Amino acid sequence: MSRSTHFRYEVLRVLRNRVFYAVTLVLPIVLFFGVASGQRHATFNGTSFPLYFMTAMAVYGSMFAAVGPGARIARDISGGWTRQLRITPLRAPTDLAAKVASAYLLALPTLVLLFLAGALLGVRLAASQWLEMTGLILVGLVPFVVIGFVVGYLMPIDTLTPALGGIVGLFSLFGGVYGFELAKSGPMFDVMKALPSYWLVQAGRSVAVGGGGWPGQAWLVIAIWSVVLVPIAGLAYRRNAARA
Amino acid sequence: MATRPGPDGGIVLSHLSKSYGAVHAIRSLDLAIAPGETVALLGPNGAGKTTTIDMMLGLTRPDRGIISVFGLPPAKAVQAGWVGGMLQTGSPLDHLRVRELVALTASYYPAPLEVDDVLRLTGADAFAGQWTTKLSGGQAQRVRFAAALVGDPDLLLLDEPTAGIDVEGRRDFWQSMRDIARQGKTVVFATHYLEEADAYADRIVLIARGEVVADGPATEIKAQASSRTIRATLPDADTATLRALPGVRAADRHGNAIILSCSDADSALRALLGAFPSIRDIEVSGGNLEEAFMELTAETSDAAVDVMEARR
Repeated sequence: MSRSTHFRYEVLRVLRNRVFYAVTLVLPIVLFFGVASGQRHATFNGTSFPLYFMTAMAVYGSMFAAVGPGARIARDISGGWTRQLRITPLRAPTDLAAKVASAYLLALPTLVLLFLAGALLGVRLAASQWLEMTGLILVGLVPFVVIGFVVGYLMPIDTLTPALGGIVGLFSLFGGVYGFELAKSGPMFDVMKALPSYWLVQAGRSVAVGGGGWPGQAWLVIAIWSVVLVPIAGLAYRRNAARA
Repeated sequence: MATRPGPDGGIVLSHLSKSYGAVHAIRSLDLAIAPGETVALLGPNGAGKTTTIDMMLGLTRPDRGIISVFGLPPAKAVQAGWVGGMLQTGSPLDHLRVRELVALTASYYPAPLEVDDVLRLTGADAFAGQWTTKLSGGQAQRVRFAAALVGDPDLLLLDEPTAGIDVEGRRDFWQSMRDIARQGKTVVFATHYLEEADAYADRIVLIARGEVVADGPATEIKAQASSRTIRATLPDADTATLRALPGVRAADRHGNAIILSCSDADSALRALLGAFPSIRDIEVSGGNLEEAFMELTAETSDAAVDVMEARR
């Protein structure tokens, strides 16, 4: 029995989906050049605007890649494929692992492309800083992968795309992904700092300015979102399995 | 590689019951299937055929009762790769071609068949490069059949495999099915097409109201449901005497001809010959399976509708 075949086809299905390229690559790269090329020398929160917005757009595209398995789960359920899989020897954890791994693999091109775009507009970081930033973003995407699972198991296919788009949009708006922050202090700022998307966007600044990566609060926020969401995803999975 | 099932291991369903809310989909179902048998689960819509198949596949858990598939619980037998299933709902997977879908399914099994062989056997080779979401009903059915076969399972469970398929497609399907069954596989298929059950199964299990109402070879089911008719020329017997013979349900006379409707034509004929040595022109006509089916499942319509609504 080959687990790699399942993983390979999981990735292949995404790579054949044009919408995937549109939201994870084209949209962020167009927004990045559209907004940042006019502000190459501007600064934002103590860093260069291109560095900030490069990170923001890398996060934007990779968040879509991260919730992607959710869309495939909903598609598989509605097409009857989930039931078909359950009458083969494939184990549910193997399917789950393939979906998580594919989400991460497919988030990487977005990061690489946006980092190259950032370098074109003058973003300069040490190799270790690029790597550290990549690592932080991959960790910060964990809650989004899990959100994808929850939504994929619970939402019917026809409402799924707007639901996932809306969720990523809200996290982006409150996390400062769109190139501006809703607040710099006060209760709204506290709300922002409680979101994983905020800390994802801060990954670039954290490695460039502080040098020490994320503050403790960032790790705590990511950890809490993950720890709370994972059991919810488990319940959603079981609810679906019982229904099948 | 998983151990193959022993020669003694068959499929046993014992005292199964399953309810959806207040509706009893399966009441108390007992069934034993020997390895190599081809069995039709025949019954009207809502009789409990799909629920029975789903339970044998481990998709649905019975409320009570035990299922053993070659000595294992259904989910374990599925994990071992012993079971292949064809569900009623299709399984088009977006962004995959037919060949890829079958190859992907093959990769889940410990000892799959050659993908190309299976595509050829099921007739799916003609459109192997087609996207699975762009298939006609008949093509999708072939792909689902290929996916059920490619793992080389010992037990094939097919839930209404020819529903919505044209006559030619059905004939091709059953031709392939016969080739498979000849390899010694155990095949259980659900159908509400009487001719299919009659023509392709060694044995028919008639299910109604979530219970087995008849079980045996097609000819036996027909006999059990009675509708055999004896016609003969016999001028000197009154209908009351004829009606009193064993196995006779109704007697009628047209001139010198008698017409006996029998619940047990064999006994009736023996008695008839003993009592009336002068009888001649005897003709026994078997009721068709359709009549047997209607008779055995006659009271089911209300219950069937309930179950269908509950499942919807």
